[in-house]
Amino acid sequence: MAYVQRKIPFVGTPDTNPETKPFFDGAAAGKLVIPQCVQTKKYIWYPRGISPFTLGPVEWKEVSGEGTVYTFSVMERANPPYCIAYVQLAEGPRMMTNIVDIDFKDVKIGMKVKLKFIEAEGGQAMPFFAPA
Amino acid sequence: MSLKGAGYIVGAWEHPTRKAADKSVTLLHAECAAGALADAGLSKDDVDAYYCAGDAPGLGPMSMIDYMGLKVRHMDSTDVGGSSYQVAVGHALEAIATNRANVCLITLAGRPRSEGQATGTAPRAGNPAQAEMQFEYPYGPATANMYALCAMRHMYEYGTTSEQLAWIKVAASHHAQYNPHAMLRDVVTVDDVVNSPMVASPLHRLDCCVISDGGGALIVTRPEIAKTLKRPLVKVIGVGEAPKNQMGGEVDLTYSAARWSGPPAWEMSGIKPSDIKYASIYDSFTITVLMQLEDLGFCEKGQGGKFVADGNLISGVGKLPFNTDGGGLCSNHPANRGGITKIIEAVRQLRGEAHPKVQVPNCDLAIAHGTGGSLGTRHVGSTVILERE
Repeated sequence: MAYVQRKIPFVGTPDTNPETKPFFDGAAAGKLVIPQCVQTKKYIWYPRGISPFTLGPVEWKEVSGEGTVYTFSVMERANPPYCIAYVQLAEGPRMMTNIVDIDFKDVKIGMKVKLKFIEAEGGQAMPFFAPA
Repeated sequence: MSLKGAGYIVGAWEHPTRKAADKSVTLLHAECAAGALADAGLSKDDVDAYYCAGDAPGLGPMSMIDYMGLKVRHMDSTDVGGSSYQVAVGHALEAIATNRANVCLITLAGRPRSEGQATGTAPRAGNPAQAEMQFEYPYGPATANMYALCAMRHMYEYGTTSEQLAWIKVAASHHAQYNPHAMLRDVVTVDDVVNSPMVASPLHRLDCCVISDGGGALIVTRPEIAKTLKRPLVKVIGVGEAPKNQMGGEVDLTYSAARWSGPPAWEMSGIKPSDIKYASIYDSFTITVLMQLEDLGFCEKGQGGKFVADGNLISGVGKLPFNTDGGGLCSNHPANRGGITKIIEAVRQLRGEAHPKVQVPNCDLAIAHGTGGSLGTRHVGSTVILERE
């Protein structure tokens, strides 16, 4: 079945939570920028301004955009259907996303995927993943 | 101080409605409260503590306390979705044990069916100040696909099959045929489930619970009062509550919060899973049941598929009779929250008041476990272990 891109909804604006500005600025420039715990060096998802591992500071870093499908589900009741997933980034964290640009019958756990930004409602870019 | 035995469930009442077009949510709550008090042989004026959750309209417990004309000295409105009512039982025990309450009323009610909710497939936008909202809502998280993500990973890691998951619905349907109030009373087969339309892969329509109106209420009281009442004695011997979430990105969808809420409850109770005669297990979806059974220790991790197959959950057939009212999968899921009905059916079993066709003989130990929130992101597991004294 040919892939059909759905409209991507968004709630609030990139200014709603000022702490996440580095993420949205990065996305606008086509870069995936996420927080890293200064103390443990673990990368963190979802983006936030304090480490959930230590309640200590974070540094915002650009990551590679390479990932692997951890799990997925195709919402067949939606029109058009879409494939929600957790993708494990090469840098470690697993993030909620959609798998795009693929016939959904070909999506598999463990498959390699790469970052693709898609514009959401309101104009800001959000990270999605397509087959690598 | 152990909470073991600090309280008894002396009143348990489930609203018979499954579609309450002509009733408000508050009226449903109050009817449930009246039903549970009558069941216990107590009156409104005996209530000195009240517990509710997010299904109760108003700010915390205040509107419902006002509406029902209660005068209480202890209250709690911890809202963790469908498992809030197991949590409330634990919190009621704490209040009783510390002499801050004698008679605790817990209510749940809602009418999503009358309000037009047909499926759990639509993502709902929340408050963007909720930190994760902007990083999840764009991707379409609904109810069904959040549980489907867990099912897909479980199948990948452990070889669990759709047919094994279907056995959970089959068992629920065997029980529901005897419940005149159940929404789905037809006995279904494994083939019926796996051939029903796919909703969110790998979950089919019949892997999902019903959407219903209704509600329920419980009365928890101290031992001295329980022993003056005329109802069979159902003692709370174990409670536990625990959240599980995305852990900063270290997401692991192979287990539920039951892995953490179960152990303190088992330890408090002094019993083990093999002692349990009847299990009420939260059944928003078939996968929810399977994962909780593993995490509560009824079988090894990854063996849930084999454990539930071939009718092992059917009363009179298998080793672990579960959800003998038909559960959320077939009977009801009032307010999209199934926690309280899980406790109510466990109380019926321990009293010997379940339907004769599904009553477990000599039922003296039961568990009622809830999962509230979303299994694929953030949820709270809460465990209650009960003993017929």
